[in-house]
Amino acid sequence: MSYIKKPSARNPSLKPNALGLTVRDYEGVMSTLCAGCGHDSITAAITRAFYELDVPPHMVAKLSGIGCSSKTPTYFLSGAHGFNSAHGRMPAILTGASAANRDLTYIGVSGDGDSLSIGLGQMAHAIRRNVDALYVLENNGVYGLTKGQFSASADPGSKSKYGETNPQQAMDPVLLALSLGATFVARSFSGDKSQLVPILKAALAHRGFALVDVISPCVTFNDHEGSTKSYRYTRQHDQEVVEADWIPPDFVPPAGEITADYAAGTSADVTLHDGSVVRFTKIPEGYDPGDRDAVVSYVRRKRTAGVVPTGLLFLDPGGSEMHAANRTVATPLAQLPYESLCPGAAALDALQRSYR
Amino acid sequence: MVNRFAFKLANVNGTGSASANSLLMQAIFRMGIPVSGKNLFPSNIQGLPTWYEIRVDRDGHTARTARFDLMVAMNAETYEADIDEVRPGGWVLFDSSWPLKPSFLRTDVTFLGVPYANICIENFGAARERTLMKNIVYAGTLAALLDIDMDVVQGMLAEKFGAKPKLMASNAKAIRLGYDYAKEHFACPLPIRLEAMDTTADTILINGNTAIALGALYAGATVAAWYPITPSTSVLDAFKELCEEYRVDPETNERRYCILQAEDELAAIGMVIGAGWNGARAFTATSGPGISLMSELVGLAYYAEIPAVIVDVQRVGPSTGMPTRTQQGDILLCAYASHGDTKHLLLFPGNPEECFHFTARAFDLAERFQAPVFVLSDLDIGMNDWVVPRLTWDDSYRPDRGRVLSREDLEALPKYHRYSPEDWQGVAARTLPGTSSKGAFFTRGSGHNKHGGYTEDPDEYREVMDRLARKHWTARNFVPPALIETRPNASFGIVTVGSCDLAVREALAELAENGLMGDYLRVRGFPFGPEVESFLRRHDRMFVVEQNRDAQLRSLLTLETGVAKAQLFSVRAYGGLPLQADQVVREVVHQIRETEKERPA
Repeated sequence: MSYIKKPSARNPSLKPNALGLTVRDYEGVMSTLCAGCGHDSITAAITRAFYELDVPPHMVAKLSGIGCSSKTPTYFLSGAHGFNSAHGRMPAILTGASAANRDLTYIGVSGDGDSLSIGLGQMAHAIRRNVDALYVLENNGVYGLTKGQFSASADPGSKSKYGETNPQQAMDPVLLALSLGATFVARSFSGDKSQLVPILKAALAHRGFALVDVISPCVTFNDHEGSTKSYRYTRQHDQEVVEADWIPPDFVPPAGEITADYAAGTSADVTLHDGSVVRFTKIPEGYDPGDRDAVVSYVRRKRTAGVVPTGLLFLDPGGSEMHAANRTVATPLAQLPYESLCPGAAALDALQRSYR
Repeated sequence: MVNRFAFKLANVNGTGSASANSLLMQAIFRMGIPVSGKNLFPSNIQGLPTWYEIRVDRDGHTARTARFDLMVAMNAETYEADIDEVRPGGWVLFDSSWPLKPSFLRTDVTFLGVPYANICIENFGAARERTLMKNIVYAGTLAALLDIDMDVVQGMLAEKFGAKPKLMASNAKAIRLGYDYAKEHFACPLPIRLEAMDTTADTILINGNTAIALGALYAGATVAAWYPITPSTSVLDAFKELCEEYRVDPETNERRYCILQAEDELAAIGMVIGAGWNGARAFTATSGPGISLMSELVGLAYYAEIPAVIVDVQRVGPSTGMPTRTQQGDILLCAYASHGDTKHLLLFPGNPEECFHFTARAFDLAERFQAPVFVLSDLDIGMNDWVVPRLTWDDSYRPDRGRVLSREDLEALPKYHRYSPEDWQGVAARTLPGTSSKGAFFTRGSGHNKHGGYTEDPDEYREVMDRLARKHWTARNFVPPALIETRPNASFGIVTVGSCDLAVREALAELAENGLMGDYLRVRGFPFGPEVESFLRRHDRMFVVEQNRDAQLRSLLTLETGVAKAQLFSVRAYGGLPLQADQVVREVVHQIRETEKERPA
């Protein structure tokens, strides 16, 4: 439970990062989610990604909506300001927060109910605006907190815990984000930390809206036979179609390390704004993670074939994020001195000559 | 009849009449005469009837009046009703290019026909120019009929079209055509006429929405999020224009502001709350339907204690209602917006000057009390030009950011908690994201204890809610105090709000002339200050004048003060047009008579 304090004992074997912080410093309070919940694995991956990126926790703002997934920001980065807002409204609150202070790193955590039903409009418009944020959609196809209703991402024909069959079409956040012009679109699986952590790191380094859809099975309401979001189903159908790794700007490969395996397919490097590199490896024949239309049709084809394609599926590092489009000053708006904002009494007098 | 009359211009919207009409109003203003202009326009872009009413009054009574001395009938579709509205003995100016239907003729008014269409066909080329210039030609006629100073008019045209000689030439020609025609054919000026005065020397002509934008600019607002809605849209138009003028770095072209056109009002208020949480002064402007949508997150800002400024330029509800008509129908909605126990700070400007100052103050209050603050204007104040004293600004002003802890403050503390300890105002210190990990806290709309931790404990929940109530109560001494004017031997009081101001003052003067002495109180803030309580205590009989059907101000007074319901009589006008003094006088006199009838002989 969240009021149970984690043991504060330091493990001397934990390796500090460049800031001298260990991975413990990137954790939060104890999770109150069900044992085995996919969301907890994602929390661990988020913790790891921030730790490995050497981000000072206080320079992160973590926001969420309402639902099981939206509880998780208390479970990581206790040194960051957090905001558990209202159902489906996190994207707007995050957008406003980003408008006020562009210096912080923003992470929004949401679920399929929060993002694809009540908050679909807000998520869509945050994508359109290309707000500079990592947006993690913890996707389990079910409403957990209200005990087992289908969500908008439940596949047609999938069965609920109570035996009902879902008659409606599923919304695919990856296809949706691609069609809305998202500049970074990835899908992963909560059970695949080795894939998820590099994606989260690349998403945090990306300047613009980074959607990371993570299939995150709900052990209590959607992990049964007939569910297409169960651990078993996901493990069987998850197919990593694009492997990507994130390489920091100042990375010097240790002697003898094998940095890439080019055997299975082609590879490509994409440089982000901060000088870091996303290295795509094992790209399937004919797949271009920079070609939006091609990615859309690839994902569609895979989906029709019953495969859940995962990986960093699409990346456009050149998109203009919200502040670039607005031409906002470099200093966070919230920190501008008042003197630089108020034109003063003399200007008011002068202006009012035109009100005569 | 000198400097005391009203005239109305009946036009078709989308034909360019608005600029001619405001030119007339502005010319009268520049002649130093108290004047008001009310634009009655349809929710439409082109082709529907629209009216503009101008009232001049040497004593400064410039509320709307429905008694028109002169009708400028330029819309054949509404001739009949327009001609009907002129008082007996008045005048009708119309386009005599076509004969007037005999049934429209009245014997008790004077018809002044000018063949505007023909004049324009003879003198101007393109069809659009003919349409536009017709307005300027009738403005010229009115200049002759009413004795508007032609130098003033020419000067205004020069200011407007100085850089465009071709436009200047056609406008000057049009004015002259109308002027000369009147001089040749009518006895000019009419008995209703103008004479220069000096009452408007240190005043300006400004609408409330522009004044609100100025208030936000001067308060240092940097984030504005909004969704377009009549009649508040021009708040953001003006704010954008002002920011482009004063907040863009001339060298780098970078902006010291961020204006977000949201996808809806749900998002607009979310953005404001996000920005406020992060330490920027942020606001939104909307109207009633927007407030309905924003209510959910207003509750979040209330409970999580996040500053937000919400401008509500009220229009006629319920539902879509009448978007281009005025009302004060959102008083109760804003006072208690959102589910659960919520109460908000409200500021009620009564004119554009107060719009400016109250908006600036709203940001101080929002940050001091860490709460949403509503500025309740209305369409009449917001979209009509008002004559108000020149706005002043005190350069020594610095924003009141309320209790915000810096990194150094935090380091001096053993431990930081978001919602305690509170100060005497019931406010606890907040910290801004990015300050330090020691100040990091988790903001939530869910149940929380005084430390900010999640709770479902009854006592812990109540403790926070009780503090919020104390905080709200403290704010009564910080919102703008009510404006009070007393008369010796007053036998009743009038309590009113916002744009009712001018009509109520005029009504009180008229009532006083008839021996009915009344005191005046205009509410300017909520929670109600002690001065409101004591005014209510001092008067046995009060009339609450407001522009809505359900007597919302009266309800709020009975709910939130100790006043007895029976002390408060209700005077309401809610048809969507600005309040008139005669509506108030009639109703007050009627109700006084009724109560006297009931008294035993």
